[in-house]
Amino acid sequence: MTRSPAIGAAVLVLGAAVLAAGATAQERPVPRDKVQSGVAFLAPDQRALQQDAFANPGMLWVERGERLWREPPGAGGRSCASCHGDAAASMKGVAARYPVFDAKAGRLLNLEGRINECRTAHQGAAPFPYESEALLSLTAYVAYQSRGMPVAVAIDGPARKHFESGEQLYYQRRGQLNLACAQCHTENWGRKLGPETISQGHPNAYPLYRLEWQTLGSLQRRFRSCLSGIRAEMLPYGSPEYLDLELYVAWRAAGLEIETPGVRR
Amino acid sequence: MAARIQVPAAAKRGEVIEVRILIQHPMETGYRVDHVGKPVPKNAIRTLTCRYNGVEVFRAAMSPGIAANPYLQFYTVAEASGELEFFWTDDAGTQESARQPIVVSG
Repeated sequence: MTRSPAIGAAVLVLGAAVLAAGATAQERPVPRDKVQSGVAFLAPDQRALQQDAFANPGMLWVERGERLWREPPGAGGRSCASCHGDAAASMKGVAARYPVFDAKAGRLLNLEGRINECRTAHQGAAPFPYESEALLSLTAYVAYQSRGMPVAVAIDGPARKHFESGEQLYYQRRGQLNLACAQCHTENWGRKLGPETISQGHPNAYPLYRLEWQTLGSLQRRFRSCLSGIRAEMLPYGSPEYLDLELYVAWRAAGLEIETPGVRR
Repeated sequence: MAARIQVPAAAKRGEVIEVRILIQHPMETGYRVDHVGKPVPKNAIRTLTCRYNGVEVFRAAMSPGIAANPYLQFYTVAEASGELEFFWTDDAGTQESARQPIVVSG
């Protein structure tokens, strides 16, 4: 087991509880020095598009998210900004530690889940439907505030069972092609699948703009695309299984920088 | 639908400047069907024009072969401070516009 100083520091930030729980004793499926963001598997023009702060099409959603951040959901309601103020300060680093186990809700929450939790509990508004333009925009705007910060999720305590369930899902073969996530993204990354180079399957740029989708999409949409690709049954958006898998893949990506909004094929 | 426009923050008179625009638009081809099999009507931006202080400096004829959220880039000569105005129309008949101020010195 190897552990980089960056992760060591991130763990310290999360508090002594993490160190005590043995979360760091987990075997790394992709060695620490070989972990690469999906951007490394792109063609140069696609990489340039992600890095161009103006032309990156995902920025259209980030801009809309910024407007939603300041807009109250209804007459007399409170906007995100009413409580959280300037997102550049209050939301910095948040995306890097999600998904998290929320004791009050008693379940694992990703950024989308946290936004909807806030809407129902504090804003007196209906939750945004999963994969709606509004939810994608607000999620992208919140995640954008963590750009450049290393992914560091907690997998100890109550999150542990979700982590283990996510890991099991990651290694479980499924669908008519009888493939597990691990067979492409852990065992064969860097090799070709048709014309595509298989990535390591890291979630550090979501929500991201996929050229195939011609729009911004969530990590769960990516999961569903993969499941459809291996001809497996797709679970509905927001399923607890997807959340567990989100936690596991976020742990796999520990140390990678948040790139939201990413650009991918 | 949103759009982003970029011009240099400051330009000198007579300088060739780069103008960039990114428009949020589905650019529907008309060949797709929705999840219940109903055809999605064709809806693409057909024309886009740019006027610089009222004078047309750029015009594009577009088609559904262009990807969603089109990005365009062109060059013009900075003449005077003022405004760049973009106008575009799609198959659904929606007319939209966006504007960006420009500051020219000298």
